[in-house]
Amino acid sequence: MTVAVNPTQTGEPLFYLADEHPHPEGYSTSLGFWIYLMSDCLIFAMLFAAFGVLGANYAAGPAPKDLFDLDLVAVNTSMLLLSSITYGFAMLAMQQNKIGQTQIWLAITGLFGAAFIGIELTEFAHMIHEGATPQRSAFLSAFFTLVGTHGLHVSCGLIWLVTLMVQVGKFGLIEANRRRLMCLSMFWHFLDVVWIGVFTFVYLLGVLR
Amino acid sequence: MNTDTHAAHAGDHHHDDGHAHSTFSGYMLGFVLSVVLTAIPFWLVMSGALPSKQITALVIMAFAVVQIVVHMVYFLHMNAKSENGWTMMALIFTIVMVVIALSGSLWVMSHLNSNMMPIHQMSGMK
Amino acid sequence: MSPDLLKLIFGRLGLESLPLHEPIVVGTFVVVALGGAALLGGLTYFRLWGYLWREWFTTVDHKRIGIMYMILGIVMLLRGFADALMMRGQQMLAFGGSEGYLNAHHYDQVFTAHGVIMIFFVAMPLVTGLMNYVVPLQIGARDVSFPFLNNFSFWMTVGGAVLVMASLFIGEFARTGWLAYPPLSNIGYSPDVGVDYYIWALQVAGVGTTLSGINLICTIVKLRCPGMTMMKMPVFTWTSLCTNILIVASFPVLTVVLALLSLDRYVGTNFFTNDFGGSPMMYVNLIWIWGHPEVYILVLPAFGIFSEVTSTFSGKRLFGYTSMVYATVVITILSYLVWLHHFFTMGSGASVNSFFGITTMIISIPTGAKMFNWLFTMYRGRIRYELPMMWTIAFMLTFVVGGMTGVLLAVPPADFVLHNSLFLIAHFHNVIIGGVVFGAFAGINYWFPKAFGFKLDVFWGKLSFWFWVVGFYLAFMPLYVLGLMGVTRRLRVFDDPSLQIWFVIAAIGAFLVFLGILSMLMQFAVSLLKREQLKDVTGDPWDARTLEWATSSPPPDYNFAFTPVVHDNDAWWDMKKRGYQRPLTGFKPIHMPSSTGTGVILAGLATAMGFGLIWYIWWLAAASFLAMLVVGIGHTFNYHRDFDIPAEDVIRTEDARTKLLAGAK
Repeated sequence: MTVAVNPTQTGEPLFYLADEHPHPEGYSTSLGFWIYLMSDCLIFAMLFAAFGVLGANYAAGPAPKDLFDLDLVAVNTSMLLLSSITYGFAMLAMQQNKIGQTQIWLAITGLFGAAFIGIELTEFAHMIHEGATPQRSAFLSAFFTLVGTHGLHVSCGLIWLVTLMVQVGKFGLIEANRRRLMCLSMFWHFLDVVWIGVFTFVYLLGVLR
Repeated sequence: MNTDTHAAHAGDHHHDDGHAHSTFSGYMLGFVLSVVLTAIPFWLVMSGALPSKQITALVIMAFAVVQIVVHMVYFLHMNAKSENGWTMMALIFTIVMVVIALSGSLWVMSHLNSNMMPIHQMSGMK
Repeated sequence: MSPDLLKLIFGRLGLESLPLHEPIVVGTFVVVALGGAALLGGLTYFRLWGYLWREWFTTVDHKRIGIMYMILGIVMLLRGFADALMMRGQQMLAFGGSEGYLNAHHYDQVFTAHGVIMIFFVAMPLVTGLMNYVVPLQIGARDVSFPFLNNFSFWMTVGGAVLVMASLFIGEFARTGWLAYPPLSNIGYSPDVGVDYYIWALQVAGVGTTLSGINLICTIVKLRCPGMTMMKMPVFTWTSLCTNILIVASFPVLTVVLALLSLDRYVGTNFFTNDFGGSPMMYVNLIWIWGHPEVYILVLPAFGIFSEVTSTFSGKRLFGYTSMVYATVVITILSYLVWLHHFFTMGSGASVNSFFGITTMIISIPTGAKMFNWLFTMYRGRIRYELPMMWTIAFMLTFVVGGMTGVLLAVPPADFVLHNSLFLIAHFHNVIIGGVVFGAFAGINYWFPKAFGFKLDVFWGKLSFWFWVVGFYLAFMPLYVLGLMGVTRRLRVFDDPSLQIWFVIAAIGAFLVFLGILSMLMQFAVSLLKREQLKDVTGDPWDARTLEWATSSPPPDYNFAFTPVVHDNDAWWDMKKRGYQRPLTGFKPIHMPSSTGTGVILAGLATAMGFGLIWYIWWLAAASFLAMLVVGIGHTFNYHRDFDIPAEDVIRTEDARTKLLAGAK
């Protein structure tokens, strides 16, 4: 809102806009979505806090060293990273108004995301099979909740991605859909940022401990 | 006046289209940096290349911070100008809150843990 | 039917869940049921359902949503205050071997429900309602940034309130105190539905609160009218901005804490248990990271209201606007650095306690600065003692007392003596009633004519004011005394007969407050009947200073026919002083958001999901969740969410106002 209002220009002070243009649709959306992401960031921060405080309480149960398979985590991390760059390509295609390319890159992003979720679920299933259930110790409660919440976010992102692909297919790259794709892009990259925290603080530092 | 309003709205509109300046090379640079910044900490931990665990921990945390900045700049296109600086302001405020809540919780809880340890566990303390 | 099948359909809900053995609850139910039936019958008889649905339930107009928030807050105030009266009655009677009239099971629910309702479903709706109503008007906007979200947020808050109210008649409420500390709130010690009601009511309402916070931040940042720089925003808008920043930065914390507690209860994780490495202390730590900002969420808007009222009724520009803004911002940040003072006694040791003790004392400095700003605004002002100003002066006296006892409690050694005593109860009622409630009442009396086009009746308003103020002091000063004598909070029966007199005085005080509430309801009724006499056609009944008074009372749907342009902090005062002429021609169509029922439906489904989860009716929870997903995604397929108010309608509305104004002169 930096409209230059200079009362001296016309002599009379101006108290209203006689010729007004309504704010374009979605005028506040990107800021609003960013603020939502910030609040989500605090959700993760608190889960990290819970993990930080409770993460060493193994209750004579398994410790990170016994459980984490860093090779698998590295593969999983690469899935998410690849999905980030493919989403970037989708955005580039969107900027050039190429619907087909946008859809293809979105689909590839979705596949990487699904692979990420698949690998994570396999890891969880393996741990639970070994008796390392969320109920076993405070460490495992905090681990499953933190990593699971991230996974839940990625799953929501996938549902959103599919919805958007349908909408882009149906209505094209109209302004509203571009805005939505941009919001999902922020969401997706934000989840990748959170994952940096997860693989560093949970997995790598856990194994170091 | 009218032209002013037009200009302002057009300007705002341009800001809203936050990805107008995202480029292929930008994404690729971000991606390559991220790969490097991810691979090194994994390698450090998996190979145990550094002599002490403390140093390794500090180094991988530093890598995480750098990678977060890389993601913010190249993928989330953070800059001080978008939305008249409000996104940056929100981010800084959030980081301050996260630091306060995280470090505060760890500090408070570690003191509580050491002060309120049940007697029968005291003997087992290292 | 087989028990297994029953369990599948009804979860753990059965006939024995209905509290038929509690005569008080049954009596309440009968009254509520009769009243509810009369209300519903009346609505049906007068064919008001269609009108309510079209004009109110589905509205995205920030003004109507604001009013609905206020109604919710006042209705829930009656419930929360009934709990307060019951507690005062119980504590007055339960002496000398008497058990009083409430059994422990019931009494514990009463004090828990009182706290939860008063904070989440009275104070929050009142504050949010005022912000919703006033902020867009003060910044010269047509609506909030996300009007649909606003409607959804409101109905989520209602959903939470519905769950709390349901717990009165179906099952029971938590018996844990308003913050539900584990291990007491864990499944082992609270196996019943009470804590689950607590969790899901707050989760459902919390979603609404967070989204409404995001919405109002965006509104203030993006939709200010031309010329209104940050340092030209009215103080109420400033405090609203800070409050909403606090909401967005703290409610996620509450969401996480409650989610972890529900994982402990539903899945059997070990976050806050005593076994397997869990730490109940972590819950206390986390919930106060939300809890302390929460009190500033409540009181900052009240500070804003007092600022507007003081400067309006002193006929002066607010003294020290800049310092007021900085004080607000400083409080916003500092409110995040003091949470541990709620559990000094848990044993974090001298270093931690002194850090948080000192930060707590520091926070009184900006608050004190504000107090002096108000005093200096009044100094040499031509003060008009209208109702809002009376509430403001009562606030200034009362809040200073509350603040001083707060600084006392901030001293860790003193806190070790006073912690969990009635002194603490007296302190926080002193600041919450003296600050938030008086602020809300000042705001209601101040902005009521804006919202409805007529002022509130002064006689009943003054009666309500004096009952409230005198009642408040009678009710809570004895608690300071009792607290200093070492009486702890939440006690049901007492041994020492010498204490009884103080509880009797407190009960008399509570009764006076009750009369104050009744007088306030009378005030609304009488004003409605006398609305022709109390009418305000100017739109500016108080000779006020900020933009909301520039438009008509009540404002048209579009708020301002032309977006205002602002040159001064007190924009409307500036306009009046410089001979502003209301535009009479050149009206154009105005772009507005359309109403939608999606918010009501989504919130209803969320409430049903909460109910299913509370009673382990898994099919209901799953079905509601899926339905929410479908409705939510379905809503995104609707791309046409706005319409234009035709220029003719604008002309008609504005011409009507021109006639009214001409008639008034």
